[in-house]
Amino acid sequence: MEILQLLIIGVSQGCVYGLIALGFVLIYKATEMVNFAQGDMMMLGAFVAFSLANLAGLPFVLVFAATLLIMAVFGMALERGLLRSMIGEPPFAVLMLTIGLGFVIRAVAGAIWGNQPRALDSPFAGGIVEIQGLIIGHENIAIVVGTALLCAALYLFFRFTRLGIAMQAASQNQLAAYYLGIPVKRVFSLVWAISAAIAAAAGILVAPVSLIDPLMGFVGIKAFAAAIVGGFGSLPGAIVGGLVIGIAEQFVYLFLPPGVSEVSAFVLLLAMLIVRPEGIFATLQQKKV
Amino acid sequence: MRFVLKTNYGQDVNLFLHGGQRFWYGLLLAVVLLAPLVLDTFYLGEFALVFIWAVAGTGLMILVGYTGLVSLGHAAFLAIGAYAHTYFLTRGVPFVLSVPLATLFCAVVGYAVGMPALRMTGIYFAIATLAFERISAFVIEHWEGVTGGHFGIRVPDATVLGVNIDGPVGFYYICFGVLAVSLLATMNLLRSPTGRAFIAVRDSEVSAESMGINLARTKCTAFALSAAFTGLAGSLFAHKIGYLAPDAFTVQTSIQLLLMVVVGGLGSLQGIVYGAIFLGLLPQAIAFARDVLPQRIAEIPGLEPGIFGLILILFLVFEPLGIHGRWVKIRTWFDEFPLYRKATYKRQRSYLRTERVR
Repeated sequence: MEILQLLIIGVSQGCVYGLIALGFVLIYKATEMVNFAQGDMMMLGAFVAFSLANLAGLPFVLVFAATLLIMAVFGMALERGLLRSMIGEPPFAVLMLTIGLGFVIRAVAGAIWGNQPRALDSPFAGGIVEIQGLIIGHENIAIVVGTALLCAALYLFFRFTRLGIAMQAASQNQLAAYYLGIPVKRVFSLVWAISAAIAAAAGILVAPVSLIDPLMGFVGIKAFAAAIVGGFGSLPGAIVGGLVIGIAEQFVYLFLPPGVSEVSAFVLLLAMLIVRPEGIFATLQQKKV
Repeated sequence: MRFVLKTNYGQDVNLFLHGGQRFWYGLLLAVVLLAPLVLDTFYLGEFALVFIWAVAGTGLMILVGYTGLVSLGHAAFLAIGAYAHTYFLTRGVPFVLSVPLATLFCAVVGYAVGMPALRMTGIYFAIATLAFERISAFVIEHWEGVTGGHFGIRVPDATVLGVNIDGPVGFYYICFGVLAVSLLATMNLLRSPTGRAFIAVRDSEVSAESMGINLARTKCTAFALSAAFTGLAGSLFAHKIGYLAPDAFTVQTSIQLLLMVVVGGLGSLQGIVYGAIFLGLLPQAIAFARDVLPQRIAEIPGLEPGIFGLILILFLVFEPLGIHGRWVKIRTWFDEFPLYRKATYKRQRSYLRTERVR
């Protein structure tokens, strides 16, 4: 029973990692940029939701929609203003740029909302469901269901809409997509918007579990590990990698001395990189000369 | 514009290309050596820190600037160097022996970490080093017998040839000596076959391999050397901060080190020094600015990392070649005065995936 309980917490935590990793992977797939500020975008999304829900007092559904919209616009603006000038630059430069961006977002959030942890007024907070001795928090259910819904929506989007297919084309070959009349620049903007919106969703879902403060974005590093364990560049891989790390952390927490669970994600990551560097769902091709 | 007429092969081996360089670097050396006569001890301490950052920067420059591998975890080697040095000192090993031992230890750790990491490229390598940094921080926090755990450990005073180096003047000279030796060593390393191999690997792994360079060994050597220099800096850094605790070495330290080489100018030894001056003096500048700025802005928590991030972004967007690159551009403008072409230093962009495979 205890194992099952841990499994449920692990899955819900893993979904959070998976959602952030999904943002990484989306941007990486489409633009070959690595966005290290993804965790900080999640933090920003949570703070925007906090402002709308607690300070403006809007109903939750409205808060959710508005936050996603605001963050999507923010992501788009970021791409237009900053990242577009970096297209074609070496990947390292973009990586450094987004690391710097993370620092700036953290400082700005600290300036606006202060450094003390805040709690979001969320309908998922607090309540529990009990099934035959299993205690599951509403927030955990919300995370899992939210992740599943988002994944389904993304799958349908990439599979069946014109825009989604255009995005896939752009991610496979920018130049060829451009020749075929796909507005590659606009597609990139939209990818950033979607990824920022996913981050915001992750932020809202995780807010009842961990309080909102400017440093909550550091969870992004673990999400990064999740993305790599799953196979960088694979959307299902991101979620699976997140689940693997989320569950592993819970079990390490139970069976190994305290503190080890904090680094278990990184140990797992290193082990994965040594054993199978391309991740569970390999998408990267071997280098050809 | 100066043209150097080379009349024998020895001129290619000389450290300085022409008399002008010899004069200016000599003047710089004299100024640095005489500075303790005029400067306040506070500034001496600050400059010693700049020298330490520069030594660490040498290590990172070998890796990032010359071998093309990005490490997000170099704070780990700074920490390992500092803790190893302190451990040896407390066991009674003299300073002159303890520093090389700590450096060697870092090189060995670097080699061991480099072995599996060499299978990875680009972003994977960066993330692997980040993971290594987190794990080593965990070990440092929990290996209480050696590191003192959360409470940290005091760095014992050290003497070199009977002189206590913890005085500001002595420490200043020690740091400067170490920096001068590291820079000279790196300069010569980069002209050796090993150094040339690093640069070849940076520019194209595929072509380097087809020219007969052992990719794995070259990368491993680069990583080990880089770790050694950073560890050397760490052993001096231990004396600078005087008390080692886990929170002295964080992810942010790694990123500051990376910021230093990017801002200084990747792929140039002068860039290391510019970057170190920048990194060493910026906190002072921010502290000064806090007094001047309106209170509302000055009291923002996390203002300092925010400014670091902003500067990093500005450099990457507007001057990816760093301070040294800007200086080279200015010098070229004067050299070629009416004929300077902006396109000389135009950035190369690669839009195709095949172009990005190196």
